Amino acid sequence: MSSTVVRTLRQATFGALAVVAFAGAAHAVDITGAGSTFVYPVAAKWAEAYKVKSGTSLNYQSVGSGAGIKQIEAGTVDFGATDKPLEADELKKNDLVQFPAVIGGIVPIVNLPGINNGDIKLDGVTLGGIFLGTIKSWDDPQLVKLNPGVKLPSTPINVVHRSDGSGTTYNFTYYLGAVNADWQAKVGAATAVEWPTGVGGKGNEGVSALVQQTPGSVGYVEIAYALQNKLTYTKLMNADGFFVEPKLSGFQAAAANADWAAVPNYRLVLANQPGKDSWPITAATFILVHGKQTDTAKAKSVLGFFDWSMNNGQQIAQDLLYVPLPDKLVKMIETTWTSDIKSSDGKPVWP
Amino acid sequence: MTNMAATATQPALNRTYPGRFGNIVFGGAAWTFAILVLILLAGVMISLVIGAIPAFKQFGLQYIWTEAWNPVKERYGALAPLYGTLVTSFIAMVIGVPTSLGIAIFLTELCPNYLKRPISTAIELLAAVPSIIYGMWGLFVLAPLMQKYIEPAIISTLGNVPGIGAAFQGPPYGIGLFTAGVILSAMVLPYMVSIMRDVFETVPPQLRESAYGLGATTWEVVRSVVLPYSRVGVIGAFMLALGRALGETMAVTFVVGNSYHIATSLLAPGSTISASLANEFAEADGMQLAALLANGFLLFALTFTVIGFARVMLMQLEKKYG
Repeated sequence: MSSTVVRTLRQATFGALAVVAFAGAAHAVDITGAGSTFVYPVAAKWAEAYKVKSGTSLNYQSVGSGAGIKQIEAGTVDFGATDKPLEADELKKNDLVQFPAVIGGIVPIVNLPGINNGDIKLDGVTLGGIFLGTIKSWDDPQLVKLNPGVKLPSTPINVVHRSDGSGTTYNFTYYLGAVNADWQAKVGAATAVEWPTGVGGKGNEGVSALVQQTPGSVGYVEIAYALQNKLTYTKLMNADGFFVEPKLSGFQAAAANADWAAVPNYRLVLANQPGKDSWPITAATFILVHGKQTDTAKAKSVLGFFDWSMNNGQQIAQDLLYVPLPDKLVKMIETTWTSDIKSSDGKPVWP
Repeated sequence: MTNMAATATQPALNRTYPGRFGNIVFGGAAWTFAILVLILLAGVMISLVIGAIPAFKQFGLQYIWTEAWNPVKERYGALAPLYGTLVTSFIAMVIGVPTSLGIAIFLTELCPNYLKRPISTAIELLAAVPSIIYGMWGLFVLAPLMQKYIEPAIISTLGNVPGIGAAFQGPPYGIGLFTAGVILSAMVLPYMVSIMRDVFETVPPQLRESAYGLGATTWEVVRSVVLPYSRVGVIGAFMLALGRALGETMAVTFVVGNSYHIATSLLAPGSTISASLANEFAEADGMQLAALLANGFLLFALTFTVIGFARVMLMQLEKKYG
């Protein structure tokens, strides 16, 4: 008799729990993502704001672009994020749709006593020469010629690069390859490369610590990192031949001047884009989602998040020194969603 | 019905063989846990080998003595990180062994009682500091000191000695194999000291006192009584420390300089196996991942050799002295 009561009670509790769980699931479809560490700070802020607005929460694992690609290919997350855009065949093989989500900039930083932000001008030949180890001293004739009027010391150049595999390194080495034929032939572009010279620091913080400790150092970090830590950045010559300072407007110009429509799958590295204001080492983070979605509600939820972020999250991005995508590009991306992302019955998921 | 029967017989069983059931469970659990260690070890080994096979297939055995690390052209070799692993551990032992011996002897033979506890506690606390903290301290505090004072001093003195001078030349980077070795020595020190202190204390007081009674100095007692009596434990302590130094990752990654070139100078930046893994694992795929796993396998083999070597040495010592 008593055991029957217990059993009934147990069933009732279980049933109630199931109802609660189901109600929770129906209320908001939570989404998961993994990949790029570069995009993590802004993704976290966007997620926080979007949760307040829609009730959808995002669980983003900032595990690195490579790991993010692996996870979306395996289907363990709803989207992946990578700093290095995938090739068409890689996308096709795993049925992935790719689009950019946010833009950032990479800047060369130096430690030279008496030298301030933007005092030193560099171009592709000299920056490449420095990182190749062929330009060894700050008073090298090539540097003196580019910087008339600047008192360059005879200190040896101490090159600092990232030691960990990184999208920042990919975009930086891609830029060097685009502007320096020697670099392209000897080193090339990848998330980790065979550095001809210098020491490696772990992460942006490792690079900036090493640069700050040794006078005569030169390195590269994300713009947000350089500004927050008051590191001395240089000017760079862009594709149109102008020397520009790293500014949000310069990154935005690079993104706006880039011809996104000309490349399939948005497979565009923003290095060395045309335009007189464009900052030459601009980089985008790309989102990867599956082209065929079995769970339509979840797919809608993922795209809804990016729709909201790209159209309403600009201020959040700018506060963190990221550059939001130009409006024209956002419209293009949403058209791509409609044409390329389908639910299992073949109907477009978006809008 | 059946349930009731089972519950009825169980107490009777327990009464007849008190504790027997518990004994079986306990024995089984202990066996399972012990076997689990072997399974775990074999599992790690097998998955490392499987992951590393593409790298060894592509580059052959010469992978081990090739100096190359080029993810763009997919050419890899383990020599530079292997060399860095051995050199940093060697520097750590060169600094750590005499220091820890000195501390352990001081604590057991010379230390006034009021100092014993503070020093012992400090040593134990050193062991409790997470390695990432050592790494950050190394990068932000030790590296600038090395660069400004210690390395220039070494370069201007030892750097001029013919022969070994080449190992102490070049610009003072502040980070590099030498700095990594120094950090490692601080990290392995507490292990060596606490083990050695414990084994020194196992020396019977009669032996020690009779040596002092014969007029031996402290040095003579340590050399002729304490060390011979405790040599097995002391060597064990060194090997444990060496094993730790070979595998230490985070602290080394911060200060080793992470360069895949082998330089003649110990002050130059280098790399170690565990640092290469920590740096590149997250972004690696394809052949790079295979090469990293191959490095992991080599580190495994290296540590295994060190432990095996220590065992053989201890066995021979025991044979020799009984």
